[in-house]
Amino acid sequence: MDIFSPVQKLADWLSYSVFRLQPDTILGGAVSYFIYDSIKIGLLLFFIIFFVSFIRSYLPPEKIKKILTNKFEFLGNILAALIGIVTPFCSCSAVPLFIGFVESGVPLGVTFSYLVSAPMVNEVAAVLLLGMFGWKIAAIYIISGVTIAVLTGFVMGKMNLHHLVEDYVWKIKVGDTAEKNKKDFKKRLAESYTYTMNLIKGVYPYVLIGVGLGAFIHGYAPENLLSRIVGKGNLFAVPLAVLIGVPLYSNAAGVIPIVRSLIEKGLPLGTALAFMMSVTALSLPEMIILKKVLKPKLLAIYIIILTVGIIFTGFLFNWIM
Amino acid sequence: MTIQVLGSGCPTCKKLYDLTKQAAAEVGFKGDVKYTTDIQKMLEMGIMQSPAVAIDGKPVLSGRVPSLDELKKIIKEKI
Repeated sequence: MDIFSPVQKLADWLSYSVFRLQPDTILGGAVSYFIYDSIKIGLLLFFIIFFVSFIRSYLPPEKIKKILTNKFEFLGNILAALIGIVTPFCSCSAVPLFIGFVESGVPLGVTFSYLVSAPMVNEVAAVLLLGMFGWKIAAIYIISGVTIAVLTGFVMGKMNLHHLVEDYVWKIKVGDTAEKNKKDFKKRLAESYTYTMNLIKGVYPYVLIGVGLGAFIHGYAPENLLSRIVGKGNLFAVPLAVLIGVPLYSNAAGVIPIVRSLIEKGLPLGTALAFMMSVTALSLPEMIILKKVLKPKLLAIYIIILTVGIIFTGFLFNWIM
Repeated sequence: MTIQVLGSGCPTCKKLYDLTKQAAAEVGFKGDVKYTTDIQKMLEMGIMQSPAVAIDGKPVLSGRVPSLDELKKIIKEKI
């Protein structure tokens, strides 16, 4: 049984009994769809983000650094990508994290695996994918994201790019651990709760806008609108989707609900995945911030490898699904 | 005595700066509340996640924006 069926009943009751809309009209359907999605995503956001941020309280950056220091390359890349799933960071932390990692002996390639995975496979994206597409597509997204992160970091590690990191980075002495105070269980719970509520306050408005636009597309856009224009036959569709995703950074919350409706209207899954990955991983402000520590050539190599990985994933899933 | 808010200029960091100023004022803190974007200084203190708060050069919080009450409690403990 679907655990969200009570939410569906509530949405139907509100739409058809309280607002007195007709169930078989486009407007009635769209309103019920909007209410159902908003409540369901809100609940999922709360529970999953609370859980993830609680786990994260046991994984401060100092600990991650210790786990990743002097690991064998491939194993280190995998660990870094996996840790990246539960530890998203504000893109403004990218530079201090980068310097802190490489300074204390985390291999450069392993650091890049973390830098790719942390924003791309983030909790908000995972919640929305789970809520709107089901666990299979959420799993495909997470597994391909981790794979791209592992490979990007591994390839970059093999390329010996140390000389392309800005020289001053190697001169900084990183001080001892920041917060040393032990946290008890209750404090962790309280902090996770504050974090969750702050995050929801930040993203929920975008979720509502996204779900609203999605409901509109669901109700009013003609079937197969997109399959004719950007169907699997169009080889430019995946790169184009990636390009469009770049300026939409940090708005996974608003973008994913719209993507769901676009898939219903014929957008191929691979193209949709590539688009969502580009929104989360290829963020313009993060690249600008990274320019402070990476020489332009290294930044370009990073962007190219990551972009190729995302485009390849798009083609792969268009081809197998 | 100074309270420093460290970040790299992102909206989250500015939010923490505003919150810190408010918290400092509410607990009657008389010193300076400064905002710096000096990453080198952050790392020297051992802070790897922004935004962060340091009191007299010692980090007391990093990587998140706490509630106003928690921030007030932290400042009160140190002054």
